[in-house]
Amino acid sequence: MNNSQINQIKDKAFQYFGIFCTLIGIVLLVIFIGSILIDGLGRIDWNFLTSLPSRKAEKAGILTAWSGSLWIFGLTAIFAIPLGVSAGVYLEEYGKKNWFSNLLEINISNLAGVPSVIYGILGLEIFVRTFKFGGSLLAGSFTLALLILPIIIVATREAVKAVPHSIREAAYGMGASKWQTTYTQVLPAAGGGISTGIILALSRAIGETAPLIIIGALAYVPFVPTSPLDEFTVLPMQIFNWTSRPDHAFVVNAAAGIILLLGITFLLNGIAVYFRNKWQKKVKW
Amino acid sequence: MENTSQKNINNEDQSMSQDTTEKSKVILESKKANVYYGDMHAIKNVNIKMRENSVTAFIGPSGCGKSTFLRTFNRMNDYIDIFRKEGEFYINGKEIYQKDVKVEELRKTVGMVFQKPNPFPKSIYENVAFGLRIQGIKNKSVLDEAVEKSLKQAAIWDEVKDNLKKSALALSGGQQQRICIARALAVEPKVLLMDEPASALDPISTAKIEELIYQLKENYTIVIVTHNMQQAGRVSDRTAFFYIGELIEFGKTKNIFTNPKEELTERYITGRFG
Ligand SMILES: Nc1ncnc2c1ncn2[C@@H]1O[C@H](COP(=O)(O)OP(=O)(O)OP(=O)(O)O)[C@@H](O)[C@H]1O
Ligand SMILES: [Mg+2]
Repeated sequence: MNNSQINQIKDKAFQYFGIFCTLIGIVLLVIFIGSILIDGLGRIDWNFLTSLPSRKAEKAGILTAWSGSLWIFGLTAIFAIPLGVSAGVYLEEYGKKNWFSNLLEINISNLAGVPSVIYGILGLEIFVRTFKFGGSLLAGSFTLALLILPIIIVATREAVKAVPHSIREAAYGMGASKWQTTYTQVLPAAGGGISTGIILALSRAIGETAPLIIIGALAYVPFVPTSPLDEFTVLPMQIFNWTSRPDHAFVVNAAAGIILLLGITFLLNGIAVYFRNKWQKKVKW
Repeated sequence: MENTSQKNINNEDQSMSQDTTEKSKVILESKKANVYYGDMHAIKNVNIKMRENSVTAFIGPSGCGKSTFLRTFNRMNDYIDIFRKEGEFYINGKEIYQKDVKVEELRKTVGMVFQKPNPFPKSIYENVAFGLRIQGIKNKSVLDEAVEKSLKQAAIWDEVKDNLKKSALALSGGQQQRICIARALAVEPKVLLMDEPASALDPISTAKIEELIYQLKENYTIVIVTHNMQQAGRVSDRTAFFYIGELIEFGKTKNIFTNPKEELTERYITGRFG
């Protein structure tokens, strides 16, 4: 056998291996989603969505959980987006490039990889204890905002960096100040990338449980939160709580909850993709 | 050095050659201009005067400093960390690197067109209106009027008048460049710096831009960098030949092309260089 034949065999082998790996992922996902749909789809109805939790599985609803998730989503967005985008823009456009900014850059990237439990402990110490927010929505969303801040900062920097220098030159050349250039040209041009990053970060926040458990969010909350200082639960915690019950009826509830959570996550990802495509079409260099 | 006054300039106002623009006012001037990028000496002791309503062409081999020198006049080099300059640069008698000069204001007086068309990823209308918008002008009819006027000046109104909302990026390179010219004209600068504005364009677009320069001359002082000798010959009143950072020869275009004083100039314009 000569060299090229060996290469061809290697090529084929790798191709089949690749297909195999891809299939494993897809098959597992299909099985997982399929079994959950079978278990839980029948359980989702208006009653389920609008009922408070209960000790009886058939009566238990998911209202407090999804409204808690919605609150968390909104508050986290309000805290994390302005901070993250401003920080990203500052670092990329304004900050001087020196050893300190390099250090910052490395640290921010590392922060994006820190386990979420650690953020929970930080949140517990700062927001729950020092600021005395207790196990409230405020403490939870501050903690999650910290958690996703690095993701938003990194995404913003990447998006801003991708805006061609010639656009900035054009704006400066017209007598635009730095801020005008950033605000009227760079940010809109980077908007697709930034909003994609934001949505992906937020969909991560929605799925988080560990940090919220640590700051003391409750699994059983018999009311819908009406202010940021209320105690709360969220979908993943409710699901976790239900799956740990021995009664099978609760497992069905959990499956229904997972469908809801998956639905929300897919929806958010869908929106992210939509934004990205729309922007890419508009901003083509 | 900062105190060089109007008087001083007027005294030195006798020019080296006689052409129709001889008596008009000096708008752009450099005195003992030196530019460095780090250790690299990019512009060497250049003294030059450019007059109102004239077209000056900068020619010279690649890397000789034409763009560098051009960009000192609207301070676009300020963004380069290793950029450093010595000497004085005047626009309309005012030294532009003095502390009290606002770069933003300066650039409203000195517009620029870049080598590569660089329209904003926005509509044609918004591209042209940009300069006025950032000056805080919101009045729709004022903007409409300025957009139409500038697009007409840039000889592209007829091609785009029905599609002003269309993205400027959807236009051809030549159209984009004319949009960029319209964008620069919309704020009615005094000076227009053009860095190889037609180098990316086909002959038809190039011809349109040359025609445009010819017409703009009535109201603007234009400096154009070009690698195209015929173009320099067609559009400019005066030509400045640069070589490795030095201004070798500067004079009436006709003289430079038919009867250059320096051997280097002659060799360059006749294409015998190397
Ligand atoms: N940002 C920069 N940093 C360092 N050196 C630079 C920079 N810009 C230009 N130079 C150097 O300065 C010299 C002059 O460059 P410049 O761009 O002004 O030349 P040019 O005459 O415009 O050339 P071309 O005809 O190719 O556009 C070159 O040697 C170039 O390498
Ligand atoms: Mg150049």
